[in-house]
Amino acid sequence: MITKRIIPCLDVKDGRVVKGVNFLGLADVSSPVKLAEYYSKCGADELVFYDITASAEGRALFTDILRQVAERVFIPLTVGGGINTVDDFDRVLKCGADKVSVNSGAIRNPALIPAAAERYGSQCVVISADVKRVDGEYRVFAKGGREDTGMEAVSWIARCVANGAGEVVLNSIDTDGVKGGFDLEMLDAVCQAVNVPVIASGGAGCIQDFVTLFKALPKVDAGLAASIFHFGEVQISDLKRVLRENGITVRL
Amino acid sequence: MIAIIDYGVGNLFSLAHSLKAVGAQAVVTGDAKEISRAERVILPGVGAFGDAAKKLRETGLDTLVREIAGHGTPVMGICLGMQLLLDRSFEFGEHIGLGLIPGEVRPIAEVIPAELKIPHIGWNALDIRAPHPIFANVRPGDCVYFVHSYYGARCDESVIATAEYGAPLTAAVARGNVCGCQFHPEKSGDVGLGILKAFCEWDGDAAC
Repeated sequence: MITKRIIPCLDVKDGRVVKGVNFLGLADVSSPVKLAEYYSKCGADELVFYDITASAEGRALFTDILRQVAERVFIPLTVGGGINTVDDFDRVLKCGADKVSVNSGAIRNPALIPAAAERYGSQCVVISADVKRVDGEYRVFAKGGREDTGMEAVSWIARCVANGAGEVVLNSIDTDGVKGGFDLEMLDAVCQAVNVPVIASGGAGCIQDFVTLFKALPKVDAGLAASIFHFGEVQISDLKRVLRENGITVRL
Repeated sequence: MIAIIDYGVGNLFSLAHSLKAVGAQAVVTGDAKEISRAERVILPGVGAFGDAAKKLRETGLDTLVREIAGHGTPVMGICLGMQLLLDRSFEFGEHIGLGLIPGEVRPIAEVIPAELKIPHIGWNALDIRAPHPIFANVRPGDCVYFVHSYYGARCDESVIATAEYGAPLTAAVARGNVCGCQFHPEKSGDVGLGILKAFCEWDGDAAC
């Protein structure tokens, strides 16, 4: 049976990993290449790189680093951040990315997802949505969660999937950074609306949060987290062992 | 030297580097002479079967791959490349494949329960059905990475591994000196590298 995926997310700015501190047994914790190799060895099933650089120089540096990662790490790599055109897809795919995640770019230009899916296939196109509760409904936020688009989130995500997105990363702004567990209610709403893989993001604080996630919502395919992995609070090998002990299928 | 056949479909960056990582010398090429000279040949591919088969025909690489296979050179198809080794495909119409391994490409949806997601995407365990030299480094329970919506049907005794996804889907096939993986060894971590390494050491004899 297909295994549940555990995905560390690396925010990269000007060629360095942001938040990469206090890492056991790793000298240069802000090197995306070193961190990627480390996670791959620890059993990460996939890696997500978000390019949060604003400048063009930073972008070139990012693709350079992506190439170095893809030369050494042989697990699926997803890239997001600053993806606004099909040319942006092309740029990162040529450097070894397997999937490309779009967020604000798809909000600004609804034609981006169908165009990218037609050229590269749905398996390559990930819709990443930042979602927050506003006035009793789920709203899509743009620009890194700073701007309320006014769009209802579940129908927006379902529309992106209908247009060709092959996977959904659902990041709950409400639970993000709180470390009190994933947003099960929001995830359930999205899982019921789409039939492509759903990756839970935002709120993981401990191993038990992942157990709860996969037990409560068997339709969720993967759990994504950043700081708990980067700060060494949760080791991926320990996490997977506990998941297996709880009857959840994982790759060990 | 291993030739990774470049016929204009898919990204061969990771495949080339994964072969380098197992110590193999690999070249990405569409040049007939270079491909003919290679000790081993890999046929990669992502995207739709019809487009890929058309590109192989237009470049004459379909005939070349058949010839090479006929001479006993070890050949490995990966993902769509594996599907192209079969007789035909029913992805968006009907298309003729290379016919090097018996079987046809059909939608996964025909054989798996409706509640399972398509594509079959993620890490799944390999169930070895017949021992084969390319599995020399594979242990029971080892997982590899899949991304596909179609699968090899009616491959019968050519199936050497399956993956359970509501049904035992064809994960690898082999016949004589030709083999194919539905999964992506170049994206399957150490297990995938082990399979590529074994292919690089394989002389094309199917016996273990």
